[in-house]
Amino acid sequence: MIGLPGLRKRRSEGVQTDIALRCTGVSKSFDATIAVEEFDIEVKRGQILALVGPSGCGKTTVLRMIAGLEVLDTGRIEIGGRVVASNERHSGPDKRSVGIVFQDYALFPHMTVQANVGYGLDRKGREERVEEVLDLVGLNGLGERLPSELSGGQQQRVALARTLALRPDVLLLDEPFSNLDAGLRERVRAEIKDILKAAGTTTVFVTHDQQEALFMGDLVGVQVAGRIEQVDVPELVFHRPATSFVARFMGTADFLPVESIGTRLVTEVGPARAVAGFEPPRDAQFEVMARPDDFVLAPSEEGQGVVIDRVFQGWAYNYEVELNSGLHIHCQMPHLLTIDIGQRVLVNLRRDHPQMFFCDGAAIPEVPRYGY
Amino acid sequence: MNRSRVNGEQQPAGPGFSSWSSPRRLLPLGLRREPLTLWLCAITVAVAAALPAIYLAVRAADSSATAIDVILDPGTLGLLSRSLQLIVLVTLGSVLIAVPLAWLTVRTDLPFKRLWGVAAVLPLVIPSYVGALAFISALGPKGILQGWLETPFGVELLPDLYGLTGSTAVLTLLSYPYVFLTVRASLWRVEPEMEEASRSLGRSPWHTFRRVTLPMLYPSIGAGALLVALYTLSDFGAVALLRYDTFTWTIYNEYNSAFNRAAAAALSLVLLGVAVGLILIEAGARRRARYYVGANSARRERRIVRLGSWRIPASIYSATVTLLALGVPVFVLLYWLVRGINAGESELFDLAALYNSVQFSTYAAIATVFAAVPISVLSVRRPGLLSAAIERFSYVGFAMPGIAVGLGLVFFGIRYAFGLYQTTYLLVFAYVVLFLPVAVGTIRSSLLQVNPRIEEAAMSLGRSRIRAFFTVTVPLIRPGLAAAAVMVFLLTMKELPATLILGPIESRTLATSIWTAAEEAFFARAAGPSLLLIVAAAAPMAFLVLRERPRT
Repeated sequence: MIGLPGLRKRRSEGVQTDIALRCTGVSKSFDATIAVEEFDIEVKRGQILALVGPSGCGKTTVLRMIAGLEVLDTGRIEIGGRVVASNERHSGPDKRSVGIVFQDYALFPHMTVQANVGYGLDRKGREERVEEVLDLVGLNGLGERLPSELSGGQQQRVALARTLALRPDVLLLDEPFSNLDAGLRERVRAEIKDILKAAGTTTVFVTHDQQEALFMGDLVGVQVAGRIEQVDVPELVFHRPATSFVARFMGTADFLPVESIGTRLVTEVGPARAVAGFEPPRDAQFEVMARPDDFVLAPSEEGQGVVIDRVFQGWAYNYEVELNSGLHIHCQMPHLLTIDIGQRVLVNLRRDHPQMFFCDGAAIPEVPRYGY
Repeated sequence: MNRSRVNGEQQPAGPGFSSWSSPRRLLPLGLRREPLTLWLCAITVAVAAALPAIYLAVRAADSSATAIDVILDPGTLGLLSRSLQLIVLVTLGSVLIAVPLAWLTVRTDLPFKRLWGVAAVLPLVIPSYVGALAFISALGPKGILQGWLETPFGVELLPDLYGLTGSTAVLTLLSYPYVFLTVRASLWRVEPEMEEASRSLGRSPWHTFRRVTLPMLYPSIGAGALLVALYTLSDFGAVALLRYDTFTWTIYNEYNSAFNRAAAAALSLVLLGVAVGLILIEAGARRRARYYVGANSARRERRIVRLGSWRIPASIYSATVTLLALGVPVFVLLYWLVRGINAGESELFDLAALYNSVQFSTYAAIATVFAAVPISVLSVRRPGLLSAAIERFSYVGFAMPGIAVGLGLVFFGIRYAFGLYQTTYLLVFAYVVLFLPVAVGTIRSSLLQVNPRIEEAAMSLGRSRIRAFFTVTVPLIRPGLAAAAVMVFLLTMKELPATLILGPIESRTLATSIWTAAEEAFFARAAGPSLLLIVAAAAPMAFLVLRERPRT
């Protein structure tokens, strides 16, 4: 990559490592409030990490520390094997090979698209690189426009092109789709994912939208109150959450008490299935997690629950059922079957896949791991 | 699962160690991230701005016995009461004139409202001493009006114009634009939704104006009124010509005629105290009234109030204000100019003085903008105790009347920098101190409109902080920088007392030559320089006003 036209040498030369970004024990407080606490993460070259969490959980602060826009209190950040931030040192944002795309894009309003994209490039080879990147994001021909003459989606792509032009070691995206209309959002995020994969750029992106995180990320990190609760591939984060918080945050989840009778795990809605080799905890209360599609409902006067709410979703109905114990559960059933409110139903857990079990809000470890 | 509470082993943990290990941590958080040079520049400017005030205090303390005598003298109380009377009357008058005018030109279908809007601002270019001169010449004994009335009607005496009446009239007509500008700006910003909400809740337009619109204008009325009050307090030319004894006039006499410098310093300190008091009153009132103005509301066309049959009185009102504040002074000046030409007066236009005025004002504009930038940047981008303190210090000139700044620098120059005394450097320095707040305010508000993400984007694209500032921020705040320079230029052109005290003896400016002529009631000789001054000061101002458009 050395000596590419239009590119200043910012990247870490000589250090060979698979890990593009590593944060170790990173913490940051603002006055008395802790924004980020003991944050650890590792992202391999070319991977996309989606950092998801409720608003105010410190996601953006993590991003700004990686970019060098905030100074960390303790911990260490390495980019391409080179320490860029630690207790002893802080390289400025211009000294790291990190590009950031802001939520509101932060395009330079007084410069054309071309000038924006070429801003960080050296004069030599600038035009070629600008053309190349505008091609990549599909904006060729719009180089002479001003940012104000572009649509929201186009501005987004200019911001991305401006950052990609420098071939950063790590690309950071802060809530990249939140300023787009709902209809546009799905299309744009598919496009951007393709662009990032085509460019092979290591990316960290921050969002509060679970669907977006599951769609975009090779890895999904769930952050809450300044800490990382879990980092895994999207499927595991959704189906094998590490904590009940992650389970609830990633989608609707109900927790039902389990009784362990011999080798059987019994709940109010029938037997639950565990992975092979599952060891139920002794002398402790534990619960099974169920997603809405884990339940099967059948109208029956002998049933152990009553439908108390029904929401039409088009392809399906979402039912809220009150069990005899008083517990409320949420079920999704195909639209072929319509159950009226007030109808007594028989509820069962699906037996075609193993469930997750939780004790004190933390997942009970499974050995071996459920196979993804 | 990467549930991680790992604490890197090779890493010295614990707050005690980390704060000890890195010397940069000993600096306040703000200082660590900003180049030290920027802070040093800002602190230097702030200290320099406080210099005149400090030396006034030093001078007064040197002869503290005299100073205490002067402050406790019953005459001082009389001065105080006369100054306050004038301030109250002028401020009230300005608000009464300006608020309806602002509303008419922004929110109604007043005919030619754009014209009236521009005309209402223009009195700002007329220095108070020129305004006073014009009124004396028009309405005073043996004035133009009396001349017109004498022959047909035998009127030999007009009501007395001197003293409080005349000073109030002149200063009100020249300073109401301060209120007009602030009120008009916030009328543009008031969200139509709030008024629409009031109307949809069943309230009449009048009720809506009184209970919704007007209360939202209080902060801007207060801000404008403060400017008027400080302008009145610091005015020297008009009250001197209209023979109304206020602080400034007395201080000048103590200094210039009685050579009683200790008394002048002591009175200046009292004057400064009054100004600070006015600022505190306004700040106290503003603390309770902080209204939310939506930042990202979609700008919609707001409903224009149809005046109907009120169009005629509204037009008459707007025209009368313009006629009195702008028409009369310009007419009188032209009248004397023509008489001067007819009488064969030579040297009607003092080009040497014009050159000096423009030169000093240009220096002042450039120097002030340069001094204001570091302070503005720190106060916007690094809000904190230190930057707030620096910003406060830069506002000293806001509270300090020109005569006080002038005297402070005279004392400083005589004692510590005699080489600078009565040089252009010290004079320009005085202008910088006086007008720094104007420049900081303007540059600050244009910086506030620049998204800090934009600078951060530039830095993450590999540009240094300085480079990012010059390639991204400066182009975006250029209008603010230009506006600040133009305002300082205009104010310097008009400035009289500091120029009188500190000006290099050999270089006469338009302001001082008008003053010399006016003191001797040499109207014909004052007319030319006055017109020159108004045109030279108004040219950049016109550029400013024409460029400033309401956002649509």
